[in-house]
Amino acid sequence: MSEGVLHAGAGHAVQHADYLEEPRGLWSWLTTVDHKRIGLMYMWSVLFFFLVGGIFALLIRLELLTPRQTVMDAETYNRVFTLHGAIMTFLVIIPAIPAALGNFALPLLIGARDVAFPRLNLASLYIYWTGAAMAVATLALGGVDTGWTFYTPYSTTTGGGVSLMVLAAFVLGFSSIFTGVNFIATIHKLRAPGMGWFEMPLFAWGMYATAIIQILATPVLGITLLLIVMERVLGVGIFDPQLGGDPVLFQHFFWFYSHPAVYIMILPAMAVISEVIPTFSKKTIFGYKAIAFSSVAIALLGFLVWAHHMFVAGMSLFAGAIFSFLTFFIAVPSAIKVFNWIATMWRGSIALEAPMLHAISFLLIFTIGGLTGLFLAALSTDVHLHDTYFVVAHFHYVMAGSNLIALLAGMHYWWPKMFGRMYNRRLAAIASAIIFVGFNLTFLPQFVLGSRGMPRRYFNYLPQFQDLHVVSTVGSWVLAAGLFLTAAYLLASFRQPKGMPANPWGGRTLEWETPSPPTTHNFEGQPVLQHGPYDYRPEPAPVGVKEMAH
Amino acid sequence: MSTLTSSAHPHADHGHTPFLQHHFREMSQQFDAAKIGMWLFLVTEVLLFGGLFVGYGIMHARHPEAFMAAHHHLDRTLGALNTVVLLISSFTMVMSVWAAQTDRKKLLILFLLLTLMCAGVFMVVKYFEYSHKFHEGLLPGKYYSHKGDTVPGQFMFFSFYFMMTGLHGIHVLAGMVAITWLLVRAIKGHFSSEYYSPVEITGLYWHLVDLIWIYLFPLMYLIS
Ligand code: HEM
Ligand SMILES: [Cu+2]
Repeated sequence: MSEGVLHAGAGHAVQHADYLEEPRGLWSWLTTVDHKRIGLMYMWSVLFFFLVGGIFALLIRLELLTPRQTVMDAETYNRVFTLHGAIMTFLVIIPAIPAALGNFALPLLIGARDVAFPRLNLASLYIYWTGAAMAVATLALGGVDTGWTFYTPYSTTTGGGVSLMVLAAFVLGFSSIFTGVNFIATIHKLRAPGMGWFEMPLFAWGMYATAIIQILATPVLGITLLLIVMERVLGVGIFDPQLGGDPVLFQHFFWFYSHPAVYIMILPAMAVISEVIPTFSKKTIFGYKAIAFSSVAIALLGFLVWAHHMFVAGMSLFAGAIFSFLTFFIAVPSAIKVFNWIATMWRGSIALEAPMLHAISFLLIFTIGGLTGLFLAALSTDVHLHDTYFVVAHFHYVMAGSNLIALLAGMHYWWPKMFGRMYNRRLAAIASAIIFVGFNLTFLPQFVLGSRGMPRRYFNYLPQFQDLHVVSTVGSWVLAAGLFLTAAYLLASFRQPKGMPANPWGGRTLEWETPSPPTTHNFEGQPVLQHGPYDYRPEPAPVGVKEMAH
Repeated sequence: MSTLTSSAHPHADHGHTPFLQHHFREMSQQFDAAKIGMWLFLVTEVLLFGGLFVGYGIMHARHPEAFMAAHHHLDRTLGALNTVVLLISSFTMVMSVWAAQTDRKKLLILFLLLTLMCAGVFMVVKYFEYSHKFHEGLLPGKYYSHKGDTVPGQFMFFSFYFMMTGLHGIHVLAGMVAITWLLVRAIKGHFSSEYYSPVEITGLYWHLVDLIWIYLFPLMYLIS
């Protein structure tokens, strides 16, 4: 950026090219250290793998249309659901909001020029690509059929690409750790002057809490995965009961990571929702501090409950009861958040734009996902529901439903900021409804299936389960239709000329103070905070949504 | 109503050192950010080793006799020597940070060299220890082929021995790369009282590597 003295509003401000235009060329993108460009590259990568994982999902559902073999044999089925689960978890859900939207939006929201370590940021993207390539390469080694949880002893005894897949997850973990390190340092050190911790937008709190988990949990997964490789290569014996090891030890290690990781998937979603709801309700968020603290509380409590995944893995009844109790406890901060979001909407002047519609879908879907979690947290009901479709439905509600719908909310919210263009808002509203219906059609029947005893990861099933499976499969097509419609109008938006105003939604956070799309260095000069992030007192009328191009 | 109060471009105020990156307002901010970053990274390192420590603890509790018997195969003298070498290197590292902070370029180079040498000695000793173990068949897991053991299951101890000291050794090597890089930059005269954060941050890393060894040594060599 030039050394000129720039005054916002003073007529002589030099016009800088936006970050999408300048500098030009593929090479400039591949070597960029601009957080916005890195965020976009993450976004396209994540969406690509979402497509791949989604195609696998459709194949799984198609296979389950009939009780016997439909389109693939049992072995292929195992590989397909493993790859689907691994891709969706490690390549889509975990990076989706923090690495894509977070990278783009976090520095803008706190008035920074970039993240604290721009080169580390670029490195984390390349590490992600490396891990992704390794995961895909396992196909050449005959695939993996262990399920995405890689439970021992199966994962230490089967052939195929298990070692490579496990190493891929290890590598991807580093990418996630680096993003977390970067965000914490950024939030600590690069907030705009005048922005205290409690003037920070809630999105930043959410990213902060997520980063804590990324840093505290991911190394544990890393070492656990290395232990699998060691077991396979050297036969170290740690997980092999014949050699004096303990296969359940793997489950402890794995869930000590993976339960907190569940919150790596949900906290960012909550972070997006906390931005969208006040903007489209034109109201100060209700209970700012409660939302901020509950994020951190969730991050920390998440480490105390891992064994609720192992109630039937040979734990003592006493330990089971303790973990059951702790698990109930963790529902509290989530419930606080839901309550606060609803209170924010209460009597607000709600604009039903696409981001808000997705946010409302999120509220419903997340509530269902959270409440069904309570059935699983209770020792007695979990013994019945464990490893059934009830679990499949539950984690799709909280992972796929909540995280991806929040991703959609965030993408629709920041799209005009990212690209300076608006999508067709009517189509967007229609698509959000289709997605909501399709999602529930797919996964609601699975709760019923599971409660009636349909086990998960089964290729064939008893004929009495077929009706509900058919509904679920049809639902997956509806859901896919909604997602393809979304892809279509988002891509079509690139045919519009740029020309979005800086603040199309009337938001009050800092990213709306800079042009759409922003200039390379985000702000002209140093932003200094003069009001809170959700200050919607009637004072000067914000730019209304109605004045927009579409 | 704008919340944006523009001020002069930050470089205009603090334009001296070429090491201030464009997105920081001032050196101290950049330095603090780097320190936070390194501390967080060290937390992940502790947790990475922590997993192995927990695994070691569990397996030790399960096979106390085997671990007891197996640890006699380790050479305490070499282990103790390496502990001393690493402690010295930590000290010379502290001295290099001090030398950088006080603009003593020659001393900085000297202390960095000494640190690097200690690290080298550590690796050479490790090399002798390892090759001796390889020779005797004291290998991890299924490769364990030591003859005449009276207590079964001693291979488990060596599984952990090699995983933990191996991972630690990789960290020492990484540290040597980092210190070499510091040395090159020190010779080029990049560091001064105004800019020394790479030295300090590499130092933090080096102390961690040292610290982990200080836990590993009694755990493996001095079981009682
Ligand atoms: C888009 C529509 C989707 C459909 C129709 C779908 C369907 C399925 C089905 C049928 C299974 C197999 C269950 C079993 O046999 O145990 C499954 C497993 C799984 N899915 Fe999805 N899924 C979808 C999206 C997602 C998304 C977005 C995620 C991201 C987190 C995801 C994560 C998983 C995971 C982690 C598993 C577990 C695999 C395992 O237990 O080994 N799914 N999905
Ligand atoms: Cu859990």
